[in-house]
Amino acid sequence: MTDQPNVVVTGLGTTNPLGGDVESTWAGALAGRSGVRTLTYDWVSRYDLPVTFAGQLAVPAEDVLARPEMRRMDPSAQFAMIAAREAWADAGAPEIDGERLGTVVASGIGGVTTLVNAWDTIKEKGVRRVLPLTVPMLMPNSPAAYVSIEVGAKAGSHTPVSACASGAEAIGYALEMIRTGRADMVVAGGTEAATHPLPIASFAKMQALSTRNDDPAGASRPYDVDRDGFVLGEGAAVLVLEREDHALARGATIYARIAGVGMSADAYDVAPPDPSGAGQSRALRLALENAGITPADLVHVNAHATSTPAGDGVEAAAIRATLGDDADHIAVSATKSMTGHLLGGAGALESLFTILAVRDRKAPPTINVANPEPGLPIDLVRDAPRDLPSGQIAAVNNAFGFGGHNVALVVTNA
Amino acid sequence: MANSNEEILAGLAEIVNEETGLATDAVQADKSFTDDLDIDSLSMMTIVTLAEEKFEVRIPDEEVKNLTTVGDAVAFIAQAQA
Repeated sequence: MTDQPNVVVTGLGTTNPLGGDVESTWAGALAGRSGVRTLTYDWVSRYDLPVTFAGQLAVPAEDVLARPEMRRMDPSAQFAMIAAREAWADAGAPEIDGERLGTVVASGIGGVTTLVNAWDTIKEKGVRRVLPLTVPMLMPNSPAAYVSIEVGAKAGSHTPVSACASGAEAIGYALEMIRTGRADMVVAGGTEAATHPLPIASFAKMQALSTRNDDPAGASRPYDVDRDGFVLGEGAAVLVLEREDHALARGATIYARIAGVGMSADAYDVAPPDPSGAGQSRALRLALENAGITPADLVHVNAHATSTPAGDGVEAAAIRATLGDDADHIAVSATKSMTGHLLGGAGALESLFTILAVRDRKAPPTINVANPEPGLPIDLVRDAPRDLPSGQIAAVNNAFGFGGHNVALVVTNA
Repeated sequence: MANSNEEILAGLAEIVNEETGLATDAVQADKSFTDDLDIDSLSMMTIVTLAEEKFEVRIPDEEVKNLTTVGDAVAFIAQAQA
């Protein structure tokens, strides 16, 4: 990889169930706080939903955005915009040539709220009541489009849609945009606003969701023997990636380096992962190779770990199979225990956590693990954050999605 | 139910405010939607769609280009309600 430029992170932004910005989110994660609660949206009481809780935004979007902005954007774009503005300001809002600036903002599901509400309007009031911006709002690329307009990014604006791997794929794509010389900076991340009756009903029917309605904060329990499914979350995270020499030349603050990406596909099923873990394992191995490191260099993994009975076990086995005995001393965190599962936003938020873990040398805790799966082949960080070693360190963020999409990202100190 | 011209103007001003953030008292009968209020064609179609619902009238798409000023829209809606 020596002939490719180094890529660093110079800006971070997020809005999610733990906090409305990076600082409060990271403090919440290190404190082992849960952002999962009984949903307060007015539609919850209107339907007989089998699941009534999720990771709802800690700070509602309407508290941050102007009303005309809210009207023009699906919630998925609203969340991305909030995160992107924080990340761009954090990067110093540099005046750079727009043709050297790109955006990659992923979504798993897109503008489901806009889509379904517009269809309700047709049925209840007729086609004349459909608003003209309905399609631009429901398109999954609309968050990327809004962010590119916001920062003036003209090098390309892209939207990976790979279910729950989307947010990590966006960062991997941004890395490659910079490495191949298409851009000097890329604003990249993922967003999701699927806390809506339709996805909840569908995921519940798949028996993929936890139904622990009486204990929302304790519902997401990755690797615990009593886990009963994932907890939906909403929100967005956005990073500013930049060619290292470009960042150094303008005196930017550097959080960490994005050192490599590995992507693979299971080619197995549209929902569950290949139980052999072969695809996940290959993504992880390719990421390490791409970063030019070995398992011995790794100190931390932010696992995909959604808290489903099947998924967590496949991932733990894949991590073990790939990292071998080195897995004995690699701290694994499952932050969805605190945030819920942001679907297309998950890989971006968890990359943000991985970057901060490397910067602060602290692996965040996994909460709600009272009884870890017996014989768990990984070293799970439970209850309290764990210090990571000094010196040069590397960490991995795993993100896997329905359809067999697998992405692993390697983060190192700059 | 028919509204007075004042009621229609006030209702339109609310819709414009909701859609664009423009202060309601900026929406006066003599103002041009495009030249004075800076409303583009997509926003105009949104405002017309919301006005149809609010005032229970039909504003044909081909009529929208004739609604240059806020006063034109008030007059059209008043006539459609009559």
